Amino acid sequence: MFEHLDISKMLLGRLSLEAIPFHDPILLVTFIAVALGGLALVGALTYFRLWGYLWREWFTTIDHKKIGIMYIILGIVMLLRGFADAIMMRIQQAVAFGDVAGYLPPHHYDQIFTAHGVIMIFFVAMPLVTGLMNYVVPLQIGARDVAFPFLNNFSFWMTAAGAALVMASLFVGEFARTGWLAYPPLSGIAQSPDVGVDYYIWSLQIAGVGTLLSGINLLVTIVKMRAPGMSMMKMPVFTWTSLCTNALIVAAFPVLTAVLALLSLDRYAGTNFFTADFGGNAMMYVNLIWIWGHPEVYILILPAFGVFSEVVSTFSSKRLFGYASMVYATVVITILSYLVWLHHFFTMGSGASVNSFFGITTMIISIPTGAKIFNWLFTMYRGRIRFDVPMLWTVGFMVTFVIGGMTGVMLAVPPADFSLHNSLFLVAHFHNVIIGGVLFGMMAGINYWFPKAFGFRLDEFWGKCSFWFWLVGFYIAFMPLYVLGLMGVTRRMNHFDDPSLQIWFEIAALGAFLIALGILSFLIQLVVSFKRREQLRDHTGDPWHGRTLEWSTSSPPPPYNFAFTPQVHEGDAWWQMKQRGYERPAGGFQPIHMPANTAAGIVLAGLSAALGFALIWHMWIPAIATFVALVGVAIAHTFNYKRDYYIPAEEVAQIEAERSRLMASHV
Amino acid sequence: MSNTHVLSQNPGAGAPETLQFHVTGEHHPQNGTLLGFWLYLMSDCLIFACLFAVYGVLGRSYAAGPSGADLFDLNLVAINTAMLLLSSITYGFAMLEMQRNRVGKTQLWLFITGLFGVAFIGLELYEFAHLIHQGAGPQRSAFLSSFFALVGTHGLHVTFGIIWLVVLMVQLGKHGLIPENRRRLMCLSMFWHFLDVVWIGVFTFVYLMGVLP
Amino acid sequence: MSTHTATPAHGIHGQLQHDHGHDHHGDGHGHDEHDGASHGTFKSYMTGFVLAVILTAIPFWLVMDNVIESSSTTAMVLLGLGAIQIVVHMIYFLHMNFRSEGGWNMLALIFTVVFVVITLSGSLWVMYHMNANMMPAMTHEMNDKP
Repeated sequence: MFEHLDISKMLLGRLSLEAIPFHDPILLVTFIAVALGGLALVGALTYFRLWGYLWREWFTTIDHKKIGIMYIILGIVMLLRGFADAIMMRIQQAVAFGDVAGYLPPHHYDQIFTAHGVIMIFFVAMPLVTGLMNYVVPLQIGARDVAFPFLNNFSFWMTAAGAALVMASLFVGEFARTGWLAYPPLSGIAQSPDVGVDYYIWSLQIAGVGTLLSGINLLVTIVKMRAPGMSMMKMPVFTWTSLCTNALIVAAFPVLTAVLALLSLDRYAGTNFFTADFGGNAMMYVNLIWIWGHPEVYILILPAFGVFSEVVSTFSSKRLFGYASMVYATVVITILSYLVWLHHFFTMGSGASVNSFFGITTMIISIPTGAKIFNWLFTMYRGRIRFDVPMLWTVGFMVTFVIGGMTGVMLAVPPADFSLHNSLFLVAHFHNVIIGGVLFGMMAGINYWFPKAFGFRLDEFWGKCSFWFWLVGFYIAFMPLYVLGLMGVTRRMNHFDDPSLQIWFEIAALGAFLIALGILSFLIQLVVSFKRREQLRDHTGDPWHGRTLEWSTSSPPPPYNFAFTPQVHEGDAWWQMKQRGYERPAGGFQPIHMPANTAAGIVLAGLSAALGFALIWHMWIPAIATFVALVGVAIAHTFNYKRDYYIPAEEVAQIEAERSRLMASHV
Repeated sequence: MSNTHVLSQNPGAGAPETLQFHVTGEHHPQNGTLLGFWLYLMSDCLIFACLFAVYGVLGRSYAAGPSGADLFDLNLVAINTAMLLLSSITYGFAMLEMQRNRVGKTQLWLFITGLFGVAFIGLELYEFAHLIHQGAGPQRSAFLSSFFALVGTHGLHVTFGIIWLVVLMVQLGKHGLIPENRRRLMCLSMFWHFLDVVWIGVFTFVYLMGVLP
Repeated sequence: MSTHTATPAHGIHGQLQHDHGHDHHGDGHGHDEHDGASHGTFKSYMTGFVLAVILTAIPFWLVMDNVIESSSTTAMVLLGLGAIQIVVHMIYFLHMNFRSEGGWNMLALIFTVVFVVITLSGSLWVMYHMNANMMPAMTHEMNDKP
């Protein structure tokens, strides 16, 4: 009998029916809605017999274009979850004053702000950024795919696995209540013995592997696979920012891996890295996590800067002003981003000498960013500006991001930060730069490259609605937070006693609802565009009169991207080709060497997710079994040497001829 | 790129220039595996840098427990260092045999390398067991936590290297010294030597400096 | 038109031979430039090995026989010799040079070294100050308290 009890503990760990939150009506309703929606989706896929198609064409694909699209879909889906968290917080903070406790007790509220941060950074912003880079960079450099196509597929599924674990925490167990960076000692085993922090750790570790490999992948792609003639200083600016972003990923994510591993050792093995006694030092966690954390925010913003460079030059019908200085500014930002991390914890007590050093470096890093803004403005000056939706997002960014950047410089002054740290001023600042910078950049990029990916433009009216709701909503939601922060209001509070603050929170809640309308408009835009796709069809492959190589392909591009690898002579290669009256060759096609689809990526990621779940719940036997399976499948995969195939020349000829017909019939 | 193909001439330009805008014939980009693996090693370097940093900060926090001077057996460490260094040279010999196209000899030197690796891991496990038995396990103090994390992570890497080495020996047996296997041998070579480089850091910073008063 | 006839000369399903012709120039002929990676010779491996042995033996001897009085001087010497041995490994075992992979290997290494130095020295500097200001009892005596 003893034996039997032991085995069930080794199998099920601390998992039990109590883990399912039957007692919480909000979660219960959410679960029912998700379950019904999920069943409907699965039912529809089965009814229309789409599983085979999905598996063959999407889940096992190594095509960077499809992987990029899947990343962006993941990001948008997780945006809905992360934003739901935001709306819940705004409502709570708008009503919970004095005797009114609101509907979210601290136990729940703390999970919401933690999940909101984790999801928005790791499962919305990172996938959107990675997805755009994945889709665009190989096309911009004239390559057929990334350097390691299988790893690309694996990276995507690892990110998705991390997201799945976070979503699972909603229905099985609970999430961390520590804030998105999970500082010890609160996140240590003594103060958070439940599964929440473990969900946090394992979902981030799994997603982190995907991100790191993706960083290596894109770096090697840009270094090794540029078309002949495309020297470094002739690369498109988006490719330059991608290069720097991926260098930052490779340089920063290992630190996150190491720190989370040490935290998990503290939680699982009783070590004393960050404990309050036995020699541990929790401040070391804060130090290390921000050594990762600051480069992370530059990982998010640099691709957005790249998008803006492309959009500004295309929609001003002008060459980007100051290409070389843009490149240098990006490289300088990349290096400097590694020298400012302490500004996230000026108040932790390192003293004047250390604080001054990091305060100064923080102020210096704003300079190259300023240079970029000027370059964009000079590009627009005397250009023939078209205010299509991507350009609207860009102009919105320029105003909004500059404000956010300025509040950042205010925070960079250590004595000021002593009053503003962890206040709502800080919250307003980082939302200012992340929404105004990263999100606006992603919206601009999605609107800009959507026709390339799907063959039709996005509906302009709903795009403008989305933009204006987001822009106005953002200011209404976050400017009150600056005011509140200057008045000394602390972040992460679920209840307040001072009724004079309430009006600001009510305004902020209104702003959040406007943003909700912005998101809704975007979803409507997708549906309407699909329905009107014939009217919005892009027949030429170059709907915006672009300047870079991706616009030389059809919309969408063929699986092999380029029938012939381009030969580059100048920067803005496609622009030059158009000026010289380039005509696509009508014959002489070769068979094209392509990587083959693989199931190994999704299988390995699925095993990783299972391993993560087992570790979270202390299910030791399943954990060991999945780990062994993981290693086994990985080794087995290395025995597969036949990972490629050829597209026959006749098929290439057919595809190219079809494109020629399409272009000719829509002159 | 043998065929130059005159594609277009710019009618408006003064001097007619013939610029080719695509590559006729097959274009193969350079293989990126070695660079990619090197970049992965650089990221691994940063993981170790974090562990060294943690050791640097917490390495004297004995919590009234034993210190490095109390615990470290430098003779054992010297033998272990020798094992790893010898394994590096034997891997080098394996690479020389690969250059000479001799599959069997390559596998032999790989096997010997593996033996040295196993010896290294065996000695390290013995050392860890001894420490834990003495009550100086990773839970005892922050110093010991960081010691076990750093040295243990290195040992885990060596273990995975040995597993990879065995798999590669089997794959050499199956396919011989095809280009893909050569690339893998070169990657494992980088990995193995990199682990020796990290060990230099470990024996210097942890063991030797750890016993200094 | 193109003089190149479009024959699928390489076979429809990926052949491993395909890699031979295009990816490697002089594969297995003992070239020095091989996919951008260099190779060693018996002599270079032995040189590296002997240097490494010497650079390992000296530090062990210095510590085990207590040769230098001052701990901090010993520490400096140890770190210095360790750094030199790392360079020896880089050159003789890892065949680092400015040419491999078009200089990208070296650039990546330099970047990494810079970030490692920043992480190590930054953490040590920051945490020293943190400990001094925020944990005033963290003196050597405290290390002897449980």
